[in-house]
Amino acid sequence: MNSTCGPVLAADGTPLKKSLARALRMQKLRALMLVAPLMLFIVITFLAPIADMLFRSVENAIVADTLPETIQKLSEWDPTRDQAPEEAVFETLYIDVFFAAEEKKHTRLGTRLNYELTGISSLFRKSGRRIGRFPTDIYAEQFISQDSRLSDPMFWVRMMNDPRIVRSLPLTARTWTRWTHYLRGEGDDPSMEDVENVFYAALFFDLRNSADGISEVLNNIDISNFESIDLGAEFEAIDEDWVNPSVWRTIYTYSPKYTSGYFLNAVDLQKGLDGPEVRPENQRIYLLLFQRTLVMSFVITVSCILLGYPVAWLLANLSTRTANLLLILVLLPFWTSLLVRTSAWKVMLQQQGVINDTLVWLGLIDDANRLIMINNQFGTIVAMTHILLPFMILPLYSVMQTIPPSYVHAAKSLGATNWTAFWRVYFPQTVPGIGAGSILVFILSIGYYITPEIVGGTTGTFISNRIAYHISSSLNWGLAAALGTILLAAVLILYWAYDKIIGMDNMKLGG
Amino acid sequence: MKRKLAITAASMAAISAQVAVADDMVFVSWGGAYQQSQHRAYVEPYLEMNPNISATWDESSAEAVAKLRAMNEAGNVTWDVVDAVAADAIRLCDEGLALEIDHDALLAPAPDGTPASEDFGDLIVSECFIPQIVYSTTFGYRTDLIDAPTDVCAVFDLETYPGRRSLEKRPVNNLEWALYCDGVAKDEIYDVLATEEGQERALAKLDTIKSEVIWWSAGADTPQLLADGEVVIGSTYNGRLFSVIEEQKQPVAILWDMQVFDLDGWIIPTGLSDDRVARAKDFLYFATDTQRLADQAKFISYGPARLSSAPLVGKHADLGIDMAPHMPTDPNNAANTLLYNYEFWADYRDDIDAKFQAWLAQS
Repeated sequence: MNSTCGPVLAADGTPLKKSLARALRMQKLRALMLVAPLMLFIVITFLAPIADMLFRSVENAIVADTLPETIQKLSEWDPTRDQAPEEAVFETLYIDVFFAAEEKKHTRLGTRLNYELTGISSLFRKSGRRIGRFPTDIYAEQFISQDSRLSDPMFWVRMMNDPRIVRSLPLTARTWTRWTHYLRGEGDDPSMEDVENVFYAALFFDLRNSADGISEVLNNIDISNFESIDLGAEFEAIDEDWVNPSVWRTIYTYSPKYTSGYFLNAVDLQKGLDGPEVRPENQRIYLLLFQRTLVMSFVITVSCILLGYPVAWLLANLSTRTANLLLILVLLPFWTSLLVRTSAWKVMLQQQGVINDTLVWLGLIDDANRLIMINNQFGTIVAMTHILLPFMILPLYSVMQTIPPSYVHAAKSLGATNWTAFWRVYFPQTVPGIGAGSILVFILSIGYYITPEIVGGTTGTFISNRIAYHISSSLNWGLAAALGTILLAAVLILYWAYDKIIGMDNMKLGG
Repeated sequence: MKRKLAITAASMAAISAQVAVADDMVFVSWGGAYQQSQHRAYVEPYLEMNPNISATWDESSAEAVAKLRAMNEAGNVTWDVVDAVAADAIRLCDEGLALEIDHDALLAPAPDGTPASEDFGDLIVSECFIPQIVYSTTFGYRTDLIDAPTDVCAVFDLETYPGRRSLEKRPVNNLEWALYCDGVAKDEIYDVLATEEGQERALAKLDTIKSEVIWWSAGADTPQLLADGEVVIGSTYNGRLFSVIEEQKQPVAILWDMQVFDLDGWIIPTGLSDDRVARAKDFLYFATDTQRLADQAKFISYGPARLSSAPLVGKHADLGIDMAPHMPTDPNNAANTLLYNYEFWADYRDDIDAKFQAWLAQS
């Protein structure tokens, strides 16, 4: 090629390639702007809430946020030794629980930790109630008797604005900052509020640990003769559980801001000191439910194919008028309330129900041995197959409609039997419809909640029933999110597998 | 012209927004006959007294804690007063989702001047909770299918009382009954249930009837199962049984032995504006006074929470029958009862529920 021949230029002098690219970009941008409202809508109202919910499966900030000082001190504690932590931890616990009780966060934390160890809920509730009655007023009295300015909140505000003080009294300063943050949230002014005992206690702990650099402000204070109190014993007096190492081990294990605990719980494991452990056998349930959900959804999908295929074939091969009438019959239950349809199955299937009554009347079964067809897996499969059938029939119908009858005729004229013509010629052409219907039915049934709840009894319930329980009853949203995430992952893996084996391009939802 | 239109539109929007805030009150309750009793006993009269207020019912009490927590996180609480069972009220109070109140300052005294806190007495189980009714979870049985039982342990006796039973699909109450019928003294039930062995013992007792049990999750299930003859005995709320027996005239009777008392009442959510709180308080002052609580018993067989209301309980508004003998708190019915142990279940709910559900799932 001749090197003097430059790039082809557009009318305005820019290289044609560039100009084309720009035009294309503009076009794409315009197209994007058209779909942008919908995209935004989906992101804001669908993807973001889901992401937020799924995030809860690992989020565990409540422990570190509520007990920041305790967690820090507790990191020096050895959880493998069968001993409660030392006094210093209880001192920080006193400060943390004081604030937690003020902010009403202690019971929420108790609820959170109670998921891991029974009894922590009431432990925190009791402690929050009693924390204000700890005899820490002796610190206040002793400090104020040495320096009466310490009873004045204004003095504290000024003192805590002094960087030297903040440096030499770190715990007191942090505690004061928490206090001012809390008061500001309530719309109160720290200089107007009484100085709580907790600050004198913090001051005492700080001064005891070091005593330099504060002489200019608190030079007249001498704590060497101070009477002190044993906070560990005070906590023990509330409840002996406070000196129980397993309580502290739970706090220790769940102190990081993110935890794998919910996911472990969701697969019947639990967090131990040396990694995941298997849960006691009488608490294992989730793997069983996941497995049951998948197996039953598969059975429901297969029953839908078996029942739906002939109906769809009939729809596709009848005259338009009859087909339309039949289609309405297929769609009619679709328009009826889900609850009504499920309850109708109850009336049909129960022991004193229509089917059993008929069978007894016909003499096929004995009155004393009526069949149990509901409140078990059978009931769930029957009711859900019925409810999900239209999702199988409609894609099948739309695919079958497009298959020209001449193919089967041709096969037959070439000598194929009815079966061969169907199996070798007709059936392969309906596979995209089966695929689409199966994916729809399977994914819908995996997340089904209301029907298994009503007719499932104990053996026919799905994992979604436990998710609902943790969302609305136990309020263990972290565990619910973990279970939901696993379910979502399972669906995505199946979708991917389907794509690999059959191919998404082969799926047809409409003609 | 355009500008004028815009101003009109804006002021219209402002007015309608104001109307929505000022006048519509959202009551949260359970739906069904219970909500109806509240509506007729005091919401309707209250609306008549305050014609500028309109009422919207939200039947979300079953998910009150979860929904209020979500509303609180979103910073948009749309409920004004919420009806909740005591256990939920305690949780809401614990989480700071319900307003703490001073019962004597907020609520009407009894007609003889007794302050509200004494009139409600021990039923004030939380600083946020205004009790309304005492209800009980107890057994109903088919009078035509089994002999009349007098003892709750009939539920565990498949020989004398053959047939299927219905129990609630949660550990609360069932484990207590199981231990009681396994020979544990009533005042030791919770000590035993707090131990691993005690929990296993209760489940082992339930194991003896497991194959004959239909587990319910909605209060309407047992009445339907009894009416259809699917079960011969089953637990549910006493008000549901009343309506099966007296309103639907089914051959069902109540076994009051070891009925479990529980409370239901109002809370005010936190995060409301001051005028909405004031309005909620105004409503609650009226709705929980002695006469109003007694009026509620005309529509449903739940015992009024005030001591002073009991003598005022009269006849059913539509059926005309005396309501006092149908109250769970009636001395004839309350010979042997249990009170829901809020503290115990707050601690043990998660743990025992996991075990209970695992036990249920094993076929």
